[in-house]
Amino acid sequence: MAQSQAMKVLTEPLVNNNPIALQILGICSALAVTNQVATALLMSAALTAVTACSNVSISLIRNHIPSSIRIIVQMTIIASLVIVVDQLLKAFAYDLAKQMSVFVGLIITNCIVMGRAEAFAMKEPPGLAFLDGIGNGLGYSLILVLVGAIRELFGSGSLLGYQLLPLASAGGWYTPIGLMLLPPSAFFIIGFLIWGVRSWKPDQVEEAEYQIHQVHRTEVV
Amino acid sequence: MQDYLSILIKAVFIENLALAFFLGMCTFLALSKKISTAIGLGIAVIVVQGLTVPVNNLIYQHLLKEGALAWAGLPEVDLSFLGLISYIGVIAAMVQILEMFLDRFMPALYSALGVFLPLITVNCAIMGGSLFMVERDYGFGESVTYGLGSGIGWALAIAALAGVREKLKYSDVPDGLQGLGITFITVGLMSLGFMAFSGIQL
Repeated sequence: MAQSQAMKVLTEPLVNNNPIALQILGICSALAVTNQVATALLMSAALTAVTACSNVSISLIRNHIPSSIRIIVQMTIIASLVIVVDQLLKAFAYDLAKQMSVFVGLIITNCIVMGRAEAFAMKEPPGLAFLDGIGNGLGYSLILVLVGAIRELFGSGSLLGYQLLPLASAGGWYTPIGLMLLPPSAFFIIGFLIWGVRSWKPDQVEEAEYQIHQVHRTEVV
Repeated sequence: MQDYLSILIKAVFIENLALAFFLGMCTFLALSKKISTAIGLGIAVIVVQGLTVPVNNLIYQHLLKEGALAWAGLPEVDLSFLGLISYIGVIAAMVQILEMFLDRFMPALYSALGVFLPLITVNCAIMGGSLFMVERDYGFGESVTYGLGSGIGWALAIAALAGVREKLKYSDVPDGLQGLGITFITVGLMSLGFMAFSGIQL
């Protein structure tokens, strides 16, 4: 029983309750760092680490936080963790960290971290909270890496910097789609991904606000 | 003067926080169903952004930057790693102060903005504005202009999206795209439109 619950907490956010596609959390960074797989991977790793650690720390002290100042306490814990991650990235992956510019710092205001702290870590024990952090981090990573792979493959014909499709400018046959490297493509790709996920899992479809009247053939005649 | 004007125009149109840098997307998508809500939130963002970016600029230039503590006799101290936590603290404090100030002196505006103010603390557009200010090393005057400009740009984008979505609810959207999916595609098209501004040379 305990094990199946842990599995559920870990795997639920991957598809069934994906933070980006269903909970609408943490979209800001999902779009901005995805024009290359490398930055997408680094961002996913950073976010998963921060979410897991903040979930554990908040869950450990959940019974001692007065509810009136809980947001500030959560914010301080998250900000300290992000500073650690930021310094680590600057020390060991300086070039990539430079390309991600402000988006590492923006993990602080990433709604996934805050949302999971508030919705899960404040109620559950540390072990489960840790798994929940990892699970949501992975759900986020899944979308990020997928979008990153599509954008890099079609935008510059490579994956992780290795040239897979020989470019026309270098004597090959592939003419890169420049749009893929520009901001709008990220919106389109996520839009279509959501369409895909919801066609596969029809229970995620949102109710239409306004029902269009079905015209029957008899009425037309 | 021309310098300030170009920062302003750049922040509003060319480097629009929402459509070119994807900042503040969560609130941008969640609260853009009605034009009136969108405009209220937009105004709140302009005010908060116009206040926090200059304040964070003062903190960065006079306390955190490498060598900034020279006036206190500590020329080699570099506190820039404390940046993230100070900026978020400033933002949370400013929002709180603004809320109390409006409650006391402008109750009408307070009741109009009330619900949105606390949400703004966790809006990435606000934090992003401060971080971009630091990255580009703006002076005080430039940071005031940038703060206002980026706030206006964000407000413009959310108001426009709300306008589109109010009409969109009468259209026949495929089931899977209903709601979030079609909104993403709409925002993508808007972002495509805003990219046309990038040809402007300033």
